[in-house]
Amino acid sequence: MFEQLTLAQAHQGLKKKQFSSEELTGDLLTRIDQLNPSLNAYLTVSKDEALSMARQADQVIANHADFHPLTGIPVGIKDLINTKGIRSTSASPILRDFVPPYDATVIERLKAANFVLAGKLNLDEYACGSSTENSAFGVTKNPWDRERVAGGSSGGSTAAVAADISFYSLGTDTGGSIRQPASFCNVVGLKVTYGRVSRSGVTALASSFDTIGPITKTVEDAAIVLQQIAGQDVKDATTLAAQVPDYRSSLGKSLEGLKIGIPQEYFGEGIEPEVEKLVRDAIKEYEKMGVKVKAVSLPTTAYAVALYYVSMPAELSANLARYDGIRFGAKPQSKVKDLVDYYYQARKEGFGDEIKRRIMIGTYVLSAGYYDAYYRKAQKVRTLIIQDFQKVFQEVDVLITPVSPFPAFKIGQKKDDPLAMYLADVFTIPLNCAGIPGLSVPCGFTANGLPVGMQIIGPQLSEDLLLKVGAAYEQVTQWHLQKPKLA
Amino acid sequence: MLSSDQVRHIATLARLGLSDAEVEKFSRQLSDIFQYIEKLNEVNTDQVEPTFQVTGLENVVRPDDVKPFSSRDQLLACSPLPLQNDQVLVENVIVAHE
Repeated sequence: MFEQLTLAQAHQGLKKKQFSSEELTGDLLTRIDQLNPSLNAYLTVSKDEALSMARQADQVIANHADFHPLTGIPVGIKDLINTKGIRSTSASPILRDFVPPYDATVIERLKAANFVLAGKLNLDEYACGSSTENSAFGVTKNPWDRERVAGGSSGGSTAAVAADISFYSLGTDTGGSIRQPASFCNVVGLKVTYGRVSRSGVTALASSFDTIGPITKTVEDAAIVLQQIAGQDVKDATTLAAQVPDYRSSLGKSLEGLKIGIPQEYFGEGIEPEVEKLVRDAIKEYEKMGVKVKAVSLPTTAYAVALYYVSMPAELSANLARYDGIRFGAKPQSKVKDLVDYYYQARKEGFGDEIKRRIMIGTYVLSAGYYDAYYRKAQKVRTLIIQDFQKVFQEVDVLITPVSPFPAFKIGQKKDDPLAMYLADVFTIPLNCAGIPGLSVPCGFTANGLPVGMQIIGPQLSEDLLLKVGAAYEQVTQWHLQKPKLA
Repeated sequence: MLSSDQVRHIATLARLGLSDAEVEKFSRQLSDIFQYIEKLNEVNTDQVEPTFQVTGLENVVRPDDVKPFSSRDQLLACSPLPLQNDQVLVENVIVAHE
């Protein structure tokens, strides 16, 4: 009944006592039961935990006139993020029964606000993928067209928010894994500045690229969630000491004087014409607001995917060396001769194909004789990507580009061509290389009803500006209010 | 580009067991991927320093205060193997040759 509310609206509802957290949570759990079988967004539904947390939230609400905007609101969280006592699989066979003994820092922060955990959401295994087809537990269907992917790797999260079976979610973004699925599902997704949000307790993919961020129904909701999860953490030495601004206070302010850059390398060949048209129409909306638009260039763009597929697998292969079925993880089911054989078997059975591919790429590029040619070379090209963005942000304040060259593709369409899948992230990967933030905002639908998102890019720590720019677009359009038809 | 022998060697280094069919499939797919990565050689990086991380932070330290981990039993429960005196019992390391 209340499932279509945004986070901000649900908070008002709780405040005005239109419903309790227990009612809101109960309704959501019922809706999850009804819709999840046809979407496969949730891997684990934590019903008892959810209702217990909801009752606790209701106590807080009863005793305080003012309470945190996240209090009492039930959500699903990407299953890459540790939730104490609740199975967290990373969508991997080897972690299918893993129960974390501690919460990730972002979960601790949500708990401090008395949030309600409804369950854990599907993803590509270890966040490696762009379609959620690499999950060990089946693909997540796109609520807008169930023969199509929800995107990846945070496909479960974006599908759940789009289908109103989660009021918001937390995803991760290492090469586009929040922004791309958000654009496929008509929801808002924010990739933060690297180091803005703690990675402690989040399964590591590529430690110099990984970020955690909000997936929401509106830009305002993203500001609310980001406010609670951003900040320095003693458990993550890569988090930034920079002060966390009041994100919500920048929303609604004038965009006067804003300069938007349109990087030529992100348009033209390779993009579906409908996608390009919708993004250019969005840019026209900004021009109507009086902002200046300028063509710019990011010359190293074409090399970002290649550098990423050297550096990211290298880091992944190191991070996944710990999965050996000894201290945690599943033991091999076939018979083993000795300890070394145990490792081979545990990892043979425990990892999907894409993970094995990426571990092997990483192992190869880091090995003696190849390190300079591949890994060191890639790290130098990464420097050029960073410099491209630094130069451009001296001329303009933000950039606007498509998120993906195409909308949601059919399930199975790209599965046998790993390279084609990698190239899908051509517009999102450069931001992870540079550690800069990007906001994906719904900007229209194709002729056959598939959502398209635009990407707003800014320099490091410009989340407040991106949210302001995104919110201004939401004020003059209705895309984000549209809902998929669900049986 | 990547032979079956090379793939087997990489899999050995990474402790990944692979079937013959997988070796075949992966050597094709990995060859395509490495072919694409060759693109990086088009970029002139002569005077360019490598980037290892993007924060600019250096030597972030904290006091060496030891705090006991509060969920010790839950931590030990994560292992699929039998425990003996809070230690994990693994397979034989040293195997007799027949």
